[in-house]
Amino acid sequence: MAVDEGLKIELGKQGVFVTTLQELYNWGRRSSVWPMNFGLACCAIEMIATTMARYDLARFGAEVFRPSPRQADLMIISGTVTKKMAPQVVRLYNQMGEPRYVIAMGACAISGGPFKQGYNVLKGIDRYIPVDVHIPGCPPRPEALLEAFMTLQKKIDAQHLTGEERPRHLDAEAPGMFPVPEQGEHDLEPPANKNVWTVPVVIR
Amino acid sequence: MASNPYFSLAVLFVGALGFGLAPLALAWVWAKVFSPSKPNALKNAVYECGLESKGDAWVQYRSGYYLYAIIFLIFDVEAVFLLPFAVAFTGLGLAASLSMLVFVLLLVEGLAWAWAKGVLTWA
Repeated sequence: MAVDEGLKIELGKQGVFVTTLQELYNWGRRSSVWPMNFGLACCAIEMIATTMARYDLARFGAEVFRPSPRQADLMIISGTVTKKMAPQVVRLYNQMGEPRYVIAMGACAISGGPFKQGYNVLKGIDRYIPVDVHIPGCPPRPEALLEAFMTLQKKIDAQHLTGEERPRHLDAEAPGMFPVPEQGEHDLEPPANKNVWTVPVVIR
Repeated sequence: MASNPYFSLAVLFVGALGFGLAPLALAWVWAKVFSPSKPNALKNAVYECGLESKGDAWVQYRSGYYLYAIIFLIFDVEAVFLLPFAVAFTGLGLAASLSMLVFVLLLVEGLAWAWAKGVLTWA
């Protein structure tokens, strides 16, 4: 049940703080997103810069980079995902605890970027795992990563605890396992996870 | 009971215990009841890593490696002592030179022993 915004502000002026369980829950979630200590390519350098004093990701409660997927909430795909690395990325994603979020950072993580024509480069990590925020750029500046992080926080803030629109991690029916692709003869098998990504139809 | 001089201490003790245990209990309840648990085979794996664990954790090393360690130590210690010896060489007396000679010869003897045992042949 939502509290009327005007009433909330009015009560706040009188020193009464009103909130809902959902707001409290989401506030806790978004203020302590711990990213995984995981860098793939040059975008990772920008990711590191984002955590340092000048850009200071700590302002958003996300300075605690965890070296283990079991302690991490957010996976920042920072760089080119080669077909050799993709199974490892998906495997690590599967090992993260719920709720888990993914930021695809940079052109490579989104679509393969400048290496899209390469035989060994995955054309976007969203073929295998659900991505929450995409950031364009090659590499994106730390400000762009901060923007993506704030976008993710807004997304978490808008999540419902119950009902049809509740997020994946609160839905007992939603899948918790995303199949890890294997190296086939010419390509990864399967080339994409059908439940996450569908082949776009080119209309000529 | 309340008249007991230690009564306030007991109350504080119970309070302190509650202070420590309540967060633990809350965390346990939260994890059991509210946490969105979605286990899968990979998440429940013994070791979290991008690659599948292979082989046994109880890896055995060749006991012969300790010989390499000892021979390394011989040269290492020798170098540490030889350097100041070389620097102070012109100002040294007979006794100092002799004791250094004995030291170096002891190490050379160890090296000769290792050589004779065939340790220096990499196999």
